[in-house]
Amino acid sequence: MIKAMNITKDFGANTVLKDISTIIKQGQVVAIIGPSGSGKSTFLRCLNLLEEPTSGNIFINDKKITDKKVDKLAIRRNIGMVFQHFHLFPHMTVLENVAYAPQKVKKLSKAEAESTAKKLLDKVGLTDKVAAYPNRLSGGQKQRVAIARALAMEPEIMLFDEPTSALDPEMVKEVLDVMKDLVDTGMTMVIVTHEMNFAKEVADRVLFLADGMLVEEGNPQEFFEHPKTERAQDFLAKVL
Amino acid sequence: MNLDFSQIVPYIPFMIEGIWVTLGFVFVSILVGLILGIILALFKITKSKFLKGIANVYTSIFRGTPLILQLMIIYFAIPQLTGYDIEPFVSAILAFGLNSAAYVSEIIRAGIMAVDRGQIEAAEALGVSYRPMMQNIILPQAVKNILPALMNEFITLTKESAIVSTIGYLDLMRRAQIVGADIYRNFEPLLFVGAIYWVMVFILTKLGQAAERRLRQSD
Ligand SMILES: Nc1ncnc2c1ncn2[C@@H]1O[C@H](COP(=O)(O)OP(=O)(O)OP(=O)(O)O)[C@@H](O)[C@H]1O
Ligand SMILES: [Mg+2]
Repeated sequence: MIKAMNITKDFGANTVLKDISTIIKQGQVVAIIGPSGSGKSTFLRCLNLLEEPTSGNIFINDKKITDKKVDKLAIRRNIGMVFQHFHLFPHMTVLENVAYAPQKVKKLSKAEAESTAKKLLDKVGLTDKVAAYPNRLSGGQKQRVAIARALAMEPEIMLFDEPTSALDPEMVKEVLDVMKDLVDTGMTMVIVTHEMNFAKEVADRVLFLADGMLVEEGNPQEFFEHPKTERAQDFLAKVL
Repeated sequence: MNLDFSQIVPYIPFMIEGIWVTLGFVFVSILVGLILGIILALFKITKSKFLKGIANVYTSIFRGTPLILQLMIIYFAIPQLTGYDIEPFVSAILAFGLNSAAYVSEIIRAGIMAVDRGQIEAAEALGVSYRPMMQNIILPQAVKNILPALMNEFITLTKESAIVSTIGYLDLMRRAQIVGADIYRNFEPLLFVGAIYWVMVFILTKLGQAAERRLRQSD
């Protein structure tokens, strides 16, 4: 469970998150949508402490991760993250990318880590790419490797920051399919996305951010059919 | 113009020996510069303002003054201050090593900074701690940025090494001068060692290119 309480984030004089509070229960899939620059990425990155909130608190399973004394790395081990631009390690093969963190962080043996990595790569449909370097892969393949890499740490929560925004249209589906499989396993997922149909289909709840504020939240049917705020109505009129 | 290379023939072994003298102290200087340069580069990328400050002041001093002045201070001025002589070989290594460290540290720092920030974030998001992140993820990528510039630095060092002749160290350059004085002809011995410098730099350049090609293979 993730509990965000009154999260505010300043970059210098610029306040990009304003008093955001929400609770994400275990196994829930939450989509974060909103216009560019509204603070979606920043909020997501606060959840694994890639950004530190200026004020407010975040609890994960009742552990206060915004505590100064907390071991950030230990928190992050339990939270996978997938980036818009993949950020695969270019000097490692696909298999090495996925098997690296379990060896270094969880101290698994090479054999154990690689066998788990192969299973995960199998699941995301990349069995035949284990020995390839990332630059030989298409965008969709890269993103599937990135998902496998995050899953290799066996996280309880997965964060996605526009995982399909950098992809050619014909590759979006293969990545969304992998994410749907993940939804079916009961993973807790927080997804920043511009794929409204996907959000409608898989999300249990939608958070709509604008100007750093959590303007509206609700279940997708309600939100997409009957947005309550004018801000959300305007936004949906533009993107749907 | 009457060139006469026959006169330098007896001196050729003497001058050739200079190759090893030059290569020897250049090699040790590169090593000193590399090790100290890596340490300074690490200082520059830490969060500690104090260590950063030390490294920056160091770099500023050694890049901001002539190398020949640094060499003179070590060889002539420090013994005057301390009463202990410093051998030409040790002086040369100190001057070149300390000077090169300043340049090497800048090259390494820039190479590390040039690695995509997303790489650090990906590692952090996986819970990888600082040391393995540096060792396994950042540095292997930084090496590709660093190596070509480092090779240039080694080539510059090899050529600039000729200024140790000013403290009487018997390197290639000094030997050419000695031969010149002996036979009252300067052009031939200078041309001879000039060719040797050129070949050494040529070989270094080729080695550098080969190393770069190998690194590019994963691209
Ligand atoms: N590291 C940073 N330093 C300064 N300002 C930042 C930083 N990161 C983000 N911002 C600013 O914070 C605001 C919110 O950015 P954020 O990336 O969270 O928006 P977003 O909703 O994810 O937008 P997009 O849909 O374009 O990805 C923007 O105005 C951005 O310029
Ligand atoms: Mg964003």
